[in-house]
Amino acid sequence: MTALKAIAIPGRLRRVRLPFSPWHLVLIPATFVLIFPFIWIIVTSVETSDEALRFPPDLAPNVLRFANYSDVLAAAPFGRFLLNSAVVALTTVISNLVLCSAAGYAFARFRFLGRGLMFVLIMTTLMVPFQVTMIPQFIITKWIGVHLLAGAGINHIGALIVPNAATAFGVFFLRQFFRTLPIEYEEAARVDGASRLTVLLRIVLPLSAPALATLAALTFLDSWNNFLWPLIAITSPNEMTLPLGLATFQGAHTTEWNLLMAGNMMSLAPMLLVFLLAQRYFVRSVAATGLAGT
Amino acid sequence: MLGWAFVTPAAVIILLFGAVPIVWSLVMSFQRNNLLSPHAPFIGLSNYRQLAHDPVVIQATEHTLVYTALFVPGTMAIGLFLAIAMNRKLRFMWFYRTAAYATMAISTISEALVFIWLFDPAYGVVNYAFSVAGLPQQQFLNDPSEALFVIVTMTIWGWSGFAVVIYLAALQGIPKELTEAAAIDGAGRWATFRRITLPLLSPASLFLVVWLTINALQLFDEVFLSTQGGPLGATTVLVYYLYEQAFTTNFSFGYASAIAYLLFVVIVIVTAIQFRVGRRLTYYRS
Repeated sequence: MTALKAIAIPGRLRRVRLPFSPWHLVLIPATFVLIFPFIWIIVTSVETSDEALRFPPDLAPNVLRFANYSDVLAAAPFGRFLLNSAVVALTTVISNLVLCSAAGYAFARFRFLGRGLMFVLIMTTLMVPFQVTMIPQFIITKWIGVHLLAGAGINHIGALIVPNAATAFGVFFLRQFFRTLPIEYEEAARVDGASRLTVLLRIVLPLSAPALATLAALTFLDSWNNFLWPLIAITSPNEMTLPLGLATFQGAHTTEWNLLMAGNMMSLAPMLLVFLLAQRYFVRSVAATGLAGT
Repeated sequence: MLGWAFVTPAAVIILLFGAVPIVWSLVMSFQRNNLLSPHAPFIGLSNYRQLAHDPVVIQATEHTLVYTALFVPGTMAIGLFLAIAMNRKLRFMWFYRTAAYATMAISTISEALVFIWLFDPAYGVVNYAFSVAGLPQQQFLNDPSEALFVIVTMTIWGWSGFAVVIYLAALQGIPKELTEAAAIDGAGRWATFRRITLPLLSPASLFLVVWLTINALQLFDEVFLSTQGGPLGATTVLVYYLYEQAFTTNFSFGYASAIAYLLFVVIVIVTAIQFRVGRRLTYYRS
C-alpha cells in the first residue's frame, strides 16, 4: 500500500509527491461527518434560544450562553440521572463479574448432576429477544417490589440492577474462556490442598484479566445505554438513568433546542470521557465479540 | 454439590428473569390478559388470529423489514469503507479512528435527539445544507415518505463505529503476504480486494449481518424519541407497536405477547436464512 503514498503526477511534475497521503482526502470529510453531530451539540448548547431558532443557522454562536447548563440543571436533575446511571452500571458490572465467574467456572471445570441441563436452559435465554421476556419481567419485578424487597421493585433503580445482575452471555463467555486455560495449574493447586474457591480466586481469575475486562466493558456499555427496560420500569425522576431522564426532558422541552442540546451534552459527556480514557479496552472488547462470533 | 453452590446465584437470576418469562409470555399470548382486569381467561389462538388481521401489524412488519434491509447493508458498506481507509499508518490516524469509535459511546437517545435537531424541518442544519446546494427544503421526520429514511440515517451513524471496529480487527488479521503475493502475481488493486480481502473478511461480514439484523429487527429507541411511530404510522415498527399495546393505552399484555412471539419468529427465520446462505458464502481459514 506504500505505493499510494506517493502519487506520481504524470508529465513535467513526475517526481513531485503529494505532501500527504491521498487517503487524508477521504478520511477528513468522513471524519467531519462522524463528528459533526458532536460539534453541533456543543454549538447549540451555548446559543441563546433566539439564536438556536434562526434560519439559516449561525454556524458559530455570537455570545456563549453557558447559563443554558444551569437552566437545564434547574429544570431536571441531571446530576441525579448521572449518579443513578453510574450506580446501576457499576453494580451491574461487579455483580456480573462475580456471579458469572463463579457459574462459568463451575460449568467449565466441575462435574455435577444437572450441569448439562442447566447449561442448556441458560443458553436458551440467549436466543430470545428481550421483548419476549419484558412483560413477565415487569410483572415479576413488580411482585418482588411489593412482596420481597421494595428497593428492587418497579420505580426503584434496583429494578434496573437485579434482572441484569447475571447474564447468560457472561456465563457463556467466561466458561468458554476458562476452558482455554491450561488445567495443570489448577490441578497442581488442588493437589497442594487448595479449595475450589481458592483456585478460582488465586489462579483462574488472575489469568483471566483480559476476558474479565472485556465482559466488564461490554456490560458497562449495555447497562449505560439501556433504554426500553428503564422506560417501562421507572417513572419517578429521582430513579431515572441518563437516557430515560434525557428522553423525559425532551418531552417537556420539545422546541428549546439550546436547552435540549445542553442536556444532551451533559448526558453524553461522562460516557464519552470514560470511553476516550479507556478506548483501548472498549475497542478490544467489541472486536473480541466480533472475532469470537466469526 | 459444590457445583450448584457456584452456579445457583447466577442461575436463579437468569432463570427467573430470562427463562421463566419465555414460557410465561407464551402462556399470556393465549390469554386475554389485561393489567387492569383481574381475570385472564384463555382464549386459544384469538390473539394470533387478531394479529394476522391487524393492518397495523402488517404495516409494522413491513416497516421493520424495510428498515432492516436498508440499515444493515448501509452500515456494513460504510463500516467496510472506513475500515479500509483506516487500516494503514498515517499521521492523525488516531484521531480518525477515535472519531469513528466515539459513535459507540453515545446512547441511542442522545443520538436520536441530536439527529432530530439536525433534521429539524424549520431550523435544522441539513435543510440549510440543502438550501446551499440548491435542493428543495424537506419535511424529513414530519413527512411519512421520508421519516423512516431519517431513522435509517441516524442509526447507521450510531452503528458505524461498531462496524469499523469489527472490520478493522478482521483486516488486521489478514496476513500481508497474501495481498503482496497477489500483487506480485500481477493482480490489480481491485482484483486483490475482490479475490483476496473480501473473502477473508467474510466471517466478519457474516457476524455483522446477523448481529446488525437482530438489532435492527428490535428497533425501538430512536422511533420512540423521534416520531412515536408517526407521522401517520409511517415509522411504526414491531417493537414500537408492542410497546404501545403493552404499556401505553390499554395494557393488553396478552396481545403484546403474541406480537413479541411474532417478532421472535421473524428473527429466527431471518437469521436462520442468513446463516444458511452465509455459510455457503463464507470462507474460513483453518
